[in-house]
Amino acid sequence: MRRVPEAMVDTVGDRQATATASRSRHTMRGRPGPRAPRSRPSAGSFIRRHKLAPYLLIVPALAGIALVLIWPTIQVALYSLQNFGEAQIVGTVPAQWVGFSNFTTTLTDPEFWLSLRITVVFAAVLVVLTMIVGTLVGLLLNRLGKKMATFVSGAALVAWATPQVAASVVFVWFFSPDGGIVNWALTHLPGWLGGGQHWASYNWATTGPLPAYTIATLLVVWASFPFVAVTVLAGLKSIPAELYESARVDGAGAWQCFRKITYPMLKPIFLILVLLSVIWDFNVFTQSYIITGQLGNRDEYNLALYSYSQAFQVPPEVGLGSAIALILTVILLIITVGYVRANIKQGALA
Amino acid sequence: MIGVPSIRPGAPRTYSARASRRNKVTRKAALNTVGVIVALVTLFPILWMISTAFKPPTEIYSLTPHPIPLHPTAANFTQVINGQAAGLGLTFWTFFRNSILVTVCAVVLASALSLLAAVAVARFRFRLRTSFLIMLLVVQMVPGNALVIPLFLDYRSLNLLDSLTGLIILYAGLALPVSIWLLRNFVATVPRELEEAAALDGAGPARIFWKILFPLVWPGLVAVSTLAFITAWNEFVFALTFLSSQSHYTLPIYVGYFYSKGGASWGPIMAASTLYTIPPVAFFLIVQRRMVGGLVAGSVKG
Repeated sequence: MRRVPEAMVDTVGDRQATATASRSRHTMRGRPGPRAPRSRPSAGSFIRRHKLAPYLLIVPALAGIALVLIWPTIQVALYSLQNFGEAQIVGTVPAQWVGFSNFTTTLTDPEFWLSLRITVVFAAVLVVLTMIVGTLVGLLLNRLGKKMATFVSGAALVAWATPQVAASVVFVWFFSPDGGIVNWALTHLPGWLGGGQHWASYNWATTGPLPAYTIATLLVVWASFPFVAVTVLAGLKSIPAELYESARVDGAGAWQCFRKITYPMLKPIFLILVLLSVIWDFNVFTQSYIITGQLGNRDEYNLALYSYSQAFQVPPEVGLGSAIALILTVILLIITVGYVRANIKQGALA
Repeated sequence: MIGVPSIRPGAPRTYSARASRRNKVTRKAALNTVGVIVALVTLFPILWMISTAFKPPTEIYSLTPHPIPLHPTAANFTQVINGQAAGLGLTFWTFFRNSILVTVCAVVLASALSLLAAVAVARFRFRLRTSFLIMLLVVQMVPGNALVIPLFLDYRSLNLLDSLTGLIILYAGLALPVSIWLLRNFVATVPRELEEAAALDGAGPARIFWKILFPLVWPGLVAVSTLAFITAWNEFVFALTFLSSQSHYTLPIYVGYFYSKGGASWGPIMAASTLYTIPPVAFFLIVQRRMVGGLVAGSVKG
């Protein structure tokens, strides 16, 4: 008998004892005998022998990701090469492979170029503003006392937690021509600052891309600077205080401290934040959808709205919508390569 | 050698110390003022939303808006809650229940699956581990609204289109990559020796999981469920596209529909938005400290 009394396992406490103990546990279940090579293989020992445990653990998650993320991405690519309209959705006509014709249709559509321009400019402005505001608030949080920092970061978290639809509706209300406070404030602004009565009925949402995306810019920066601020704050906490002390002894001012210490130390974090912001800000659907009036204004579409409207308009053009979605995805994937490389450089895959 | 006046010979020590203390006090006051301004500007949209929700129509459309309602009324809220306001013939609770159901189920599902995967990634070295991790990073970047087209057609053939179950599966799946990515750092910080000691004492894998790993990974699970909660509670595009019967609407779709049909009846719309905003904000403020710690531990390494 290779059975080890439990008391002995407790007192011996070395690896040898555990090995024997666990082996004995399995032999007990099967036929008694040394090693029991022909014992009835239990599921547990099979998993252990073939080192299957990690695979079994990731399979459920992998299945979920494959179902809602990977397979649909492949499908977007397939649909973009097909003529897939109403008849194909209903199933009366099979989809036809049409090569790149969806892409040529899209790339020759002036609406595509307008929405691409809106998307790129909007994303660029958003990334710059979010990073600047977020970094400044992060620096501020780092210098505030404990209570004050909790208060300010609490306010920032409230902004972050506010659902996009609710926030969009509130910002539209700010800029509403009937009773919104922005128009009210602008009409009461002195004339030399650009104020005046002509603002009273100014319609921000539907006059054109610039006013509509002004609302969207304020909204998205408001909602996304907290993430940048909290992340920058975490990075700042990891910088040793001695660095700043010795810099101050050497007579460095606040700006020099930032440029010579903070920025280089936080560079990896900034890089990841910029990449994440680019990816998020390229892809603003909900806020644009609500602000520009639920697909009502074609001249205010960004790529996300344009793709959506092509695919779900009447009659639906799934092929065209997929082609635009694929173009957007490829742009984002190129940026993602940068993101993954930044992560690898930081050793996040270890 | 410029910035240290107190040890300069000849300078009266007490004077410079007092001056620097006064300097410190003013700087602290200035910083606190900036802090208050930042907090107020940040909170302003929320405060304005709540204030509008309590205003009667005459005040909402008044020519001189007041920050605080002069004649506060709960009429907007009662209209929203009993369903008069949106004209859908359904009370607010229908949509609230739909949202809560979808969100809670998705959060539980996503947390459970991502914890299993996180254990695999953090505790085992296996052949596809690095590919799996890179896949998680890449997949996070696929824009959700690009996927709405194929998923609409898939769900159509699976008969999941107008169903809350379909949304639960979808939201859990969408939350998985980030959740695994965050949780794996938490699992990695649990010392392996603890588990080995428990195994030595004769604890099986299930017992080790529940008694050792789970309590230690709990803060990570809080962070992950908060993120999953926000994702599911917020999600708009898919619900907008998939749900066709009004009795299945989740809150974002309800608020969006209300806004589009409401003809600028801002009082009830703001009341509905306020009610929609309360759960995530409350949730966030409760877990605030853990949340920030968890996010930081997960996303920023070193």
